Amino acid sequence: MAAFGSFALLIALALAAYNLLAGSLALRWIATGQPAAISPERLADTARRAGIAVFIAVTAAAFALIWSVFTNDFSITYIMEHSNRALPGAYKFSALWSGQEGSLLLWAWLLGTYGFVLRLTHKTDVKLYAYAGTILAGVQVFFLAVLCFAAPPFALYQGVIPDDGNGLNPLLQYPEMVIHPPMLYLGYVGFSVPFCFALGALMMRYPGEKWIKVTRVWTMVTWLFLTAGIFLGMHWAYAVLGWGGYWGWDPVENASFMPWLTGTAFLHSVMMQEKKGMMKSWNVWLIFSTFLLTLLGTLLTRAGLVSSVHAFAQSSIGTWFVVFMGIVLAVCIFTYVLQRSHLKSEHHLESLVSRESSFLFNNLVLLTACFVILWGTLFPVISEYVVGNKVTVGAPFYNRVAIPIGIFLLLLTGVGPLLPWRAASFKSIRRNFVLPVIMFWVTAIVCLVAGVRPWQDGAIDQGNFYALVAFSVSVAVLTAIFSEFIRGAGVISRQTGKNVFEATWLLTRRNTRRYGGYIIHIGVVIVVIGLAGSAFDRNTESELALHDKMTIGPYTLECVGFTQDSNLNYNSEYALLDVYKGGKKQFQMTPEKRVYLITGQPQTMVAIHSIPSWDLYVVYEGTNPDTGQPIIKAILNPLVGWIWAGLVVLVFGTLVALVPSLSPSTASVRVPARAAPSEPALKGGHI
Amino acid sequence: MKRLSFWIKTAQAALLAIAVCFSLGATDAGSRYTDLNHRLMCTCGCAQILGECNHVGCPNSAGELSELRADIQGGASDKEILDSFVGKYGAIVLAAPTTHGFDLVAWIAPFAVFAAASLGTILLVRRWSVGKTQTAAADTSTMDPAERERHEQIRRETGDGGF
Repeated sequence: MAAFGSFALLIALALAAYNLLAGSLALRWIATGQPAAISPERLADTARRAGIAVFIAVTAAAFALIWSVFTNDFSITYIMEHSNRALPGAYKFSALWSGQEGSLLLWAWLLGTYGFVLRLTHKTDVKLYAYAGTILAGVQVFFLAVLCFAAPPFALYQGVIPDDGNGLNPLLQYPEMVIHPPMLYLGYVGFSVPFCFALGALMMRYPGEKWIKVTRVWTMVTWLFLTAGIFLGMHWAYAVLGWGGYWGWDPVENASFMPWLTGTAFLHSVMMQEKKGMMKSWNVWLIFSTFLLTLLGTLLTRAGLVSSVHAFAQSSIGTWFVVFMGIVLAVCIFTYVLQRSHLKSEHHLESLVSRESSFLFNNLVLLTACFVILWGTLFPVISEYVVGNKVTVGAPFYNRVAIPIGIFLLLLTGVGPLLPWRAASFKSIRRNFVLPVIMFWVTAIVCLVAGVRPWQDGAIDQGNFYALVAFSVSVAVLTAIFSEFIRGAGVISRQTGKNVFEATWLLTRRNTRRYGGYIIHIGVVIVVIGLAGSAFDRNTESELALHDKMTIGPYTLECVGFTQDSNLNYNSEYALLDVYKGGKKQFQMTPEKRVYLITGQPQTMVAIHSIPSWDLYVVYEGTNPDTGQPIIKAILNPLVGWIWAGLVVLVFGTLVALVPSLSPSTASVRVPARAAPSEPALKGGHI
Repeated sequence: MKRLSFWIKTAQAALLAIAVCFSLGATDAGSRYTDLNHRLMCTCGCAQILGECNHVGCPNSAGELSELRADIQGGASDKEILDSFVGKYGAIVLAAPTTHGFDLVAWIAPFAVFAAASLGTILLVRRWSVGKTQTAAADTSTMDPAERERHEQIRRETGDGGF
């Protein structure tokens, strides 16, 4: 199977290289009108078919690796290092992305899948898709070359083949780890597609903004996957790492967040290009940056450039990524310089107080947030280089710098949709903003009365202060969004006689993009409320003998037993804790500690009881070596459930926005009158 | 003027309400220990905040936390405690850059970039709006009827705040 997998990868590389070269040649001949021995259209079509075949070849390679995992083929080094016989079936799939070679293969396979769909749907716009497919082939050549020469997943084990493998990292043996990495990778890899369309559209001087419409679904789906991937990672960290938090500002977490920020900025600013023909250069560079940041994220994970808890994935392939990023950047700059006259804005902003400027500021804040995170991630390296002194840039830095930016962004989430296009009058501002402003102050007062004190011992308490502001702004934003729904539904209700719920449904169906966007904003606000709850975390730790009790918040935990269990994969010990509230037994929790047999590595399995107001989070920390009694840590995490609920709303909103509207939006008329090419032909071109 | 007065009074009332609420009740006693252990890193290589390091069998965190408790009980100031940790473990033990020397750049750069970008954006928008005002009359007079109609259509159809 190793030979089959390696051969499949080599075939895939050859096919991708053919796609790149033949596609480039064909597009060049078509653009210059140069006479050629063979028809450039036919050559381009062979390139496209080669691209489709790449998917089949990479799928075969991925199948070979999965097959090898399931058949315990420890003659392959990768399988030996990342699997073992006793590993449960679901986690055998996880072995595909638990190490570097496998995760690069997953990347190549997802890229191949996206490419397959792109090449199959080429009739949407043959020429644009030919450019995008050829550029995508370039990206595929890089990943397949890395797989064939730098990080081969089918490398054979040198020496006597062991009976069993080293097993999967215990941290990865958790249900979310079966879906978190593929989700994240779908997001990472997916941004290659809008990047290829943007670069292709720029190369061919694609008229109008149709390429944005073409890539909108790609971008939104990709963004959705990245969002879900990030949140699943947060939940995994929360449930598995056992420190009570979900985001540690680790460089690799940051690396996934940066393309999310630029991708979000892109999704907002393309609306300006679609509706007003503005921010064309900006949008092109946003998507270029997003793609480069996905590569940077991989570089940070793999090259060991910065210290990270994801250090298990480090290797020497960083140089490959640095060179590839350099090539991509050079191609982007060259194409932009050559074609920048094509990106002139057709309109300018007319007022600082308008929907357009809110998009501009939204982009500004998102990019500042991205810069802050990039800066914080790379500062230890910069400091070491400049003054020879490596420093740590951890949570305190980001809490001080990124949280204010985040709150400002949240504010814009509410303000932006309330501003009209072009320019806002004082009257319209007063009409739209009075209620949100009132709700802001009411919430602030209620929070203060309820005990949210933004000061402690005469000094500002940073956590409480930010929580107070976050709650107040969140309620103001929710008020703004709901008033938009109610206003629109009211008009429909009066016109059609439908009740308010039916009218809201119809309103949303008539402009899914707009109201789907609002639902996404509601999801973001719910997430922020959940994040703000972290300011009120409480924790306690105690050694518990049988029938000993510990108290946290309204709960009393009584230890009613300790027990042990064992299976082929791990031994575990756990405590049985009865949880009382108001003197009545409510439920039982069983925090657990596992020791994996094959690696000897310990792993905590946290017990979590989640209700909307808080999570009771209980960790079995081990036993006191002197007394043999278990040490239990209990944390009361307010509002954490809101974060996951916010994700559900956010996903729902994105799905709504992806559904076509019932009738054309009233706001869909674009300024440029120039027609986009409609014929499925490959004629013309400028590069 | 009447409108302005209404807003000023509303703002005053809101500020007064906030001030009243701020004066209600007392604060809980802060914990220097918690504050300081969140300003330090565990040095075992786990890249976790010292106060949150919980991985099983950590060789360093318990010792560092005891050291911190002892320093606080010994009456050392926050600065003295942090300096002693830096002296012993190096600057990497601090969870965030300091506010002097080259470290200061870490704190200034994000705000400087944000301020510069905001200022640039505001100036750009103002320049565009001035240019727009000056050319507006000429644009309207030289516009052909079809173009004028299209502009009117856009004005009608995007004026309602379409997302």
